[in-house]
Amino acid sequence: MSFIDNIKFKTVFILAFMVSIGLSGSMFAQEADSAAQAVDTTATVGDTDTAVTADMDTAAAATGTDTTDTAASAGSVGATPTATSDAAGKPGINPQVYTNFFYYVLLFFLLCILVAVIGKILQVYELTRKMNGKDSTHYLNNIQAGLFIVALVTGLYGVYWSYVHHGAQSMREAATQHGVNLDIMFMVTTVICTIVLVLTHIALFGFAFRYRARENRKAYFYPHNNTIEKVWTIVPAIVLTILVLFGFFNWRAITNIPEEEQKNAIQIEVIGEQFMWTVRYAGRDGAIGERNYKLTTPLNGLGIDFNDKKSWDDQMGSEIVIPVNKPVRFQITSKDILHSFYIPDFRVQINAVPGMKTYFQFTPTITTEEMRDKLDDYSYNYVMLCAKICGANHFNMQKLVRVVTEEEYKEWLNEQPYFFTEDLRKEFQVTQVNEDTADAKLLAATN
Amino acid sequence: MSSITSAHPADHHGEHGHHHESFLSKYVFSQDHKMIAKQFLITGIVMAVFAMFLSILFRLQLAWPDKEFPILEVFLGKWAEGGRISPDFFLALVTIHGTIMVFFVLTAGLSGTFANLLIPYQLGARDMASPFMNMLSYWFFFTACIVMISSFFVESGPASAGWTVYPPLSAVPTAISGSAMGMTLWLISMTLFIASQVLGGINYISTVLNMRAKGMDLWKMPLTIWALFLTAIVGLLSFPVLVSAVVLLIFDRSFGTSFYLSDLVVQGQILPNEGGSPILFQHLFWFLGHPEVYIVLMPALGLTSEVISTNSRKPIFGYHAMVYSLIGITILSFIVWGHHMFVTGMNPFLGGVFMITTLIIAVPSAVKSFNYLATLWRGNIRFTPAMLFAIGMVSFFISGGLTGLYLGNSALDIALHDTYFVVAHFHLVMGSASIFGMLCGVYHWFPKLFGRMMNEKLGYLHFWLTFAGAYLVFFPMHFMGIDGVPRRYYAFTEFPFMEKWISVNVFITWAAIIAALGQVAFLWNFFSSIRFGKRATQNPWGSNTLEWTTGVKHIHGNWPGELPTVYRWPYDYSKPGHHEDFIPQTVPFSETMSSNLPHDFEGNVEAERIQREWELANRPQAEKEAE
Repeated sequence: MSFIDNIKFKTVFILAFMVSIGLSGSMFAQEADSAAQAVDTTATVGDTDTAVTADMDTAAAATGTDTTDTAASAGSVGATPTATSDAAGKPGINPQVYTNFFYYVLLFFLLCILVAVIGKILQVYELTRKMNGKDSTHYLNNIQAGLFIVALVTGLYGVYWSYVHHGAQSMREAATQHGVNLDIMFMVTTVICTIVLVLTHIALFGFAFRYRARENRKAYFYPHNNTIEKVWTIVPAIVLTILVLFGFFNWRAITNIPEEEQKNAIQIEVIGEQFMWTVRYAGRDGAIGERNYKLTTPLNGLGIDFNDKKSWDDQMGSEIVIPVNKPVRFQITSKDILHSFYIPDFRVQINAVPGMKTYFQFTPTITTEEMRDKLDDYSYNYVMLCAKICGANHFNMQKLVRVVTEEEYKEWLNEQPYFFTEDLRKEFQVTQVNEDTADAKLLAATN
Repeated sequence: MSSITSAHPADHHGEHGHHHESFLSKYVFSQDHKMIAKQFLITGIVMAVFAMFLSILFRLQLAWPDKEFPILEVFLGKWAEGGRISPDFFLALVTIHGTIMVFFVLTAGLSGTFANLLIPYQLGARDMASPFMNMLSYWFFFTACIVMISSFFVESGPASAGWTVYPPLSAVPTAISGSAMGMTLWLISMTLFIASQVLGGINYISTVLNMRAKGMDLWKMPLTIWALFLTAIVGLLSFPVLVSAVVLLIFDRSFGTSFYLSDLVVQGQILPNEGGSPILFQHLFWFLGHPEVYIVLMPALGLTSEVISTNSRKPIFGYHAMVYSLIGITILSFIVWGHHMFVTGMNPFLGGVFMITTLIIAVPSAVKSFNYLATLWRGNIRFTPAMLFAIGMVSFFISGGLTGLYLGNSALDIALHDTYFVVAHFHLVMGSASIFGMLCGVYHWFPKLFGRMMNEKLGYLHFWLTFAGAYLVFFPMHFMGIDGVPRRYYAFTEFPFMEKWISVNVFITWAAIIAALGQVAFLWNFFSSIRFGKRATQNPWGSNTLEWTTGVKHIHGNWPGELPTVYRWPYDYSKPGHHEDFIPQTVPFSETMSSNLPHDFEGNVEAERIQREWELANRPQAEKEAE
């Protein structure tokens, strides 16, 4: 019976802990509040062992625990100094931390005992039922069936509550043309899904309650019914077809934009790198110059290829500013690893892939000012953020987005600096000694 | 040990029995499917607890981003300096949590356990087709576990590029510290893991095809076997693709190739790689990755089918439809991988195609859910802990599956991709549903595994804590996703619009902690019941399938003497006219004349004639007089 010996040892050990913690005082420190909770799970192995004691000891009544208690207090004298010397050995960590940790472990242990006690009480209750000749097999079954009804009611209310509260927090008006269409589709899908969710759960938990096992009941032998089977194959298929068509046309409308419209849009390039975004406006010629990553230097961080004259008038945006009701075409790419260009308010997202350009074209419909008015929040801003895991600062890789009127946009853009700075020009001219004069003129014109 | 077994040769019947078993060959390098199932299960549980613990760590960070937990520094050292988890380590936690849960727990722990246990048992075979390969499968898996966990003891930390390990982040060590040694270990571990899966898969398939007992034709197999069989096929076809993805990534990392890399300037350093594409990796990864979802889900569906039918005392509704929908899911699962890549730069036209295939796969899934509901209808439901978990599984399968309609729709996915909506979706439909399927299997087959019963009441406590906990944790996440909060964010403090979610995060973390502590009820129940549980009877649940015709004590070769013969399908529960509410598969129709239905004979004219004659002879007296 080495197991029993083991139990005794554990009891002594745990009680020793209790006493030593009691001696060290001030159990209720704030700082380690929930840290200990997490670490509790590691301690569970130990705890579960101790739960045996609870299981067995409760039956053995309180006198037993009294005796072990006295034994433990003897042990605790030895236990306390070792604990403190351990803590002192590690500089920088307050012994209080350990105390708090053990306090939470202890709390959990007490909880386990409580559960064990309740278990015992239930066992006794069952025995008395049996002795009185009452049914002792179905009552637990009935409790579970009842709990399913409770779960159904609270669950449905919880869903409703969540829709109302969290839903209100999370749904904001889409600030783009295609976003409005997506939101309609989102709402349609939500209505369908909610109906299915509610009905199936009423059926699932309702059946569980209604058809719980009872004495002298026999289940209805009903192995198949092909008609019903066909109905619930075809109905979801039809609903899904509708959703697919809806989605497919919307998707094509967003991603498959005629070339003519692509050209008419304002061209903006956004380049991601760990952990920032660079915004490049096309400038007067409306075209973005080529880049070549091999040309990257400390001065020319993007590796813009200045042999491509389209790049000479490219401007660097301190933030993303776009005019309202004008189509804008974003060209997204990345310098290093994958990022994702994501503007939740616009329902816009596309990954930034190194070595490849991706595009997203949309038309914003609500200016930042208007959105602030609508939300009644005068510090509100649209924001573009990274949605693809990209390293330590992934959680803070953002760029402000402002939607403004046409005039404000032009005014703002005029103030934005060129990528092709004086320093870069010098560097470029050194490499391009044989540059022809026409180029030089063009260069001058950009000033 | 060996002397004991040789002293009792009577325990070992049949031609397999007589050989010496040392401790090593019995418990460690066992080739017996039952022992291997136990090994898979216990390793799976240990890994699950580990991964759950990691999740609690990062949940702490999300709930209290500004708070210090000095105790963490005690355990984690520099990764939690000053008691706060570092951003790098946060990503490592997320990555390893995902990897362990998806691969080590829900793939190996789930189908490894139950395929090994149930395929020979429910088919009436003495063991797997190749017991040696089966043993290798476990030991590859075990080594993979050790390698994966060992990455926590590397100075640069474990892999931290997300469980999908997209390059270039995973390929360039300067981009994130976890992509150094930790990532190498991750890749080695995955390669070992895939070897394990392939060895196991070949074994499962060949056993199901070749070693069925007499009379056990494919349409008499329990749905568990169908599910495990199709899962093995999916795994065998898709895991090798992951090997190719992983091997090419190893080449890129260690041998300077450029399969996935091109045009990189990392930390100001121009890398020489040219011509590769990160999208290639995504295609290869998700070609496994999506079938993987069904590899995780289908065994859970199979176990649930069996448990729901047994405990409703009712045949599973639409057995054939259930099998066909499983087959449908199997096939379709290979042509939907692109829905993970709608906005990753894949050709948008392809996105439209994948959307269509993706939403088609919802149809067989819907059929399965409705069939579960129909099985419960007018049943005589016994709420064993296994049954509770089965019902919970159906609930998660529905609620998580429904949000798939949003994410499978490429247009809606634009705004939801890589947000918490995705996290909520797959944790419900793949995480919770499969874990519940697995737990339902553990509670149901525990008597078969260990010959003892688990404590029912602790099972109830475990179920309600976990069920409520899972919903409380994952349901609110949908709304964070709708609001546009991306996943894998270390803190929500940098964006004004996310601040309102911090209080929700606190709530979620508390729910997670309580649910995690609830698992102690399971662990305690599981491990103590192995030794101290009530002794099980041979067929404690009144079940029809073959595994319950074997003795409680495990013997090598499963059945003493002859293997059983199968006469009927496994779902004859509460058949009218029979005195009991179950008829095991081994009972011939000649013993159940009073309950036979014309349908049972599958067009066998002779059998139908005999049945007609019997019915004429045994007509109730009243009917005879009426003539």
